[in-house]
Amino acid sequence: MEKHIISILLENEPGALSRVVGLFAQRGYNIETLTVAPTEDETLSRLTMTTTGDDRKIEQITKQLNKLIEVVKLVDLSEGEHIERELMLIKVKAVGAQRAEIKRTADIFRGQIVDVTASVYTIQLTGATDKLEAFIQAIGEGAVLETVRTGVSGIARGEKILSL
Amino acid sequence: MELLSGGEMLVRALHESGVEYIYGYPGGSLLHVYDAVYKQSAVKHVLVRHEQAAAHMADGYARATGKPGVVMVTSGPGATNTITGIATAFTDSIPMVVISGQVMSHLVGDDAFQETDMLGVSRPVVKHSFSVRDPRDIPELVAKAFYIASTGRPGPVVIDVPKDMTMPNERFEYVYPKKVKLRSYTPPQRGHAGQIKKAVDLLLNARKPVIYAGGGVIIDGSSDKLRALVDRLDFPCTNTLMGLGCYPATGDRFLGMLGMHGTYEANMAMHNADVVFAVGARFDDRVTNATSKFCPDAKIIHIDIDPSSISKTIQADVPIVGPVGSVLDEMMALLDEADSEPDSDAIASWWQQINEWRQRHAMRYEKNDSGLMKPQEVIEALWEATNGDAYVTSDVGQHQMFAAQYYKFDKPNRWINSGGLGTMGFGFPAAMGIKLNFPDHEVVCVTGEGSIQMNIQEMSTCLQYGIPVKILCLNNGSLGMVRQWQDMNYEGRHSHSYMESLPDFVKLAESYGHVGIQVKSRDELPQALDDAMNKYKNRLVFLDVAVDPEEHVYPMQVPTGSMRDMWLSKTERT
Ligand SMILES: Cc1ncc(C[n+]2csc(CCOP(=O)(O)OP(=O)(O)O)c2C)c(N)n1
Ligand SMILES: [Mg+2]
Repeated sequence: MEKHIISILLENEPGALSRVVGLFAQRGYNIETLTVAPTEDETLSRLTMTTTGDDRKIEQITKQLNKLIEVVKLVDLSEGEHIERELMLIKVKAVGAQRAEIKRTADIFRGQIVDVTASVYTIQLTGATDKLEAFIQAIGEGAVLETVRTGVSGIARGEKILSL
Repeated sequence: MELLSGGEMLVRALHESGVEYIYGYPGGSLLHVYDAVYKQSAVKHVLVRHEQAAAHMADGYARATGKPGVVMVTSGPGATNTITGIATAFTDSIPMVVISGQVMSHLVGDDAFQETDMLGVSRPVVKHSFSVRDPRDIPELVAKAFYIASTGRPGPVVIDVPKDMTMPNERFEYVYPKKVKLRSYTPPQRGHAGQIKKAVDLLLNARKPVIYAGGGVIIDGSSDKLRALVDRLDFPCTNTLMGLGCYPATGDRFLGMLGMHGTYEANMAMHNADVVFAVGARFDDRVTNATSKFCPDAKIIHIDIDPSSISKTIQADVPIVGPVGSVLDEMMALLDEADSEPDSDAIASWWQQINEWRQRHAMRYEKNDSGLMKPQEVIEALWEATNGDAYVTSDVGQHQMFAAQYYKFDKPNRWINSGGLGTMGFGFPAAMGIKLNFPDHEVVCVTGEGSIQMNIQEMSTCLQYGIPVKILCLNNGSLGMVRQWQDMNYEGRHSHSYMESLPDFVKLAESYGHVGIQVKSRDELPQALDDAMNKYKNRLVFLDVAVDPEEHVYPMQVPTGSMRDMWLSKTERT
């Protein structure tokens, strides 16, 4: 069961997203993350979703997505070299000696402390999913007060382009 | 330049899309549109008695003609009442355009009177849907809806029309698009040449081939091509429930239907085949039985216009995405060019094997010496009375399987049933939709006393519009198919499969202004059928035929088994 990053150019129309999400619910496919935002072409949105499944399941998922009239283009980024990023905002307990330790760990992970109180750091971190998870591990789950993650965005490496 | 209101545009655009009949039911949100319907005569409207029936009528028409049927219903309950009909069409890939009214745009989201999120409710059972956001878009949306509904793998399309899009006093320039193009929708026009070549090579080297053809052949209008290919190769051909008629049932090379209630020879041939050539069929669970045991020795060639149908349940060795007709044309051309032919000795001994299976006469049934008729003999009598040339619609249950097995369909588009969704209540309105459009053809709805009651109110519609379909009700006094499963799997505990308090169908038909005939025994049947078809040619006739409630449909595949694991009678198993 491998993780796949499916990237879609979707008609920027009301209801289009609900068809994508509905398809997953209806056919029992699993969505792990989902991000959608407009593109430079205002008629299109770019959607990135991560899902897991064996090859057969992923083949069905991509075929079913391609059948949606509003899906203009689709690529399974995990089939080739790609860049994957996710942004996380995380509030961690930071008191006493911990403060310096957390600051150091954030630096190692190239995180930025974007807000501070006497007992809390809010850290912003960008990276592939496993890096964000490694960070949480490093500071210890006990210190985590709140996390919010954007979900994965991805793009192919090199000159490959997903466009009309 | 012509100025029209949104309502008028809608009706005009339907006309320009080739619509002759709309099946529908009015209500508040659609009154402007209904007024536009009133003021013209090019598009005729049929008022049903329940919106579900409107969808099935449109569906029946679409199945018989290949053209999209059109449904028009009001918002809220009118729209939700069509859902079963839309889902029925969706599952069997039937083109349909559904116009649903909606509350005024500014009220949407406020839980207004008769507001339901029709796009949301119908989303899982439509090919696509639109909401009108500007009256000027109406002609284009209608043209797009027809294009999407009828191309590629066909299916239903909903257009949701808020009332304020149809205001009679707001007029706009009307332009019907000459051509529709959607950048994100391009149905395949032909199959991949390399794959087609591989398929032909596989067929030429087959020793125990079976051609397994489904509804996709009929939808594509390619039955003649299929027939030519089967005959050219001298290969055996079986049809799915949806494909019946795409290869003539009386043809020598026909093995009958396959699958759960398929013939012994069709299922045996599939199981033992070395090449299975699936044409416009989708390896449905009612065909394959347990997929892990499916056709263990076969290489699979699969033509389908929908890529997601390929390798969904059964992995294809040679997948071909494309329209059946164009792929078959290319295959024929390659066969004609090829310098080899299938091994005639191998094919001859394969036929010999198949003929041995045929000798088993697994479709035999025992008539009762006295008492009730068997449902099978009623279907055989119907076949004779209609010269095998009627449009036969059915509902769902034992009667449906008996009709599929015993009415030998030689032509495509003649057998009209809800194969995928299995919708009781489908048969009668579907028959109405066909009869209205083919008034000179015999249209018979084979039904059960359970199913017919799901849309029996449409007898009223038939009187209003003069739609003389024939209803052949195989009355076994029970939900026979449910009862059969209870007999086989629940030690005969008939939990709620008995139809108590049946109406007097003859009187019921009469009270709706039609003819009812009760048939209790074999000797009454020929006369009753003859009266229904001739004496009462222009009347709706309800034939209430008493049949043996103990009868089961056989063969029947054994659950979790392979294709060849079948019950052949109550006591005999393969
Ligand atoms: C709308 C709907 N509800 C329930 C079923 C389940 N079902 C399948 S066959 C059947 C019995 C049908 O009885 P009848 O119409 O009398 O046909 P028979 O099997 O007796 O020939 C039922 C209840 C169904 N297919 N459709
Ligand atoms: Mg019955």
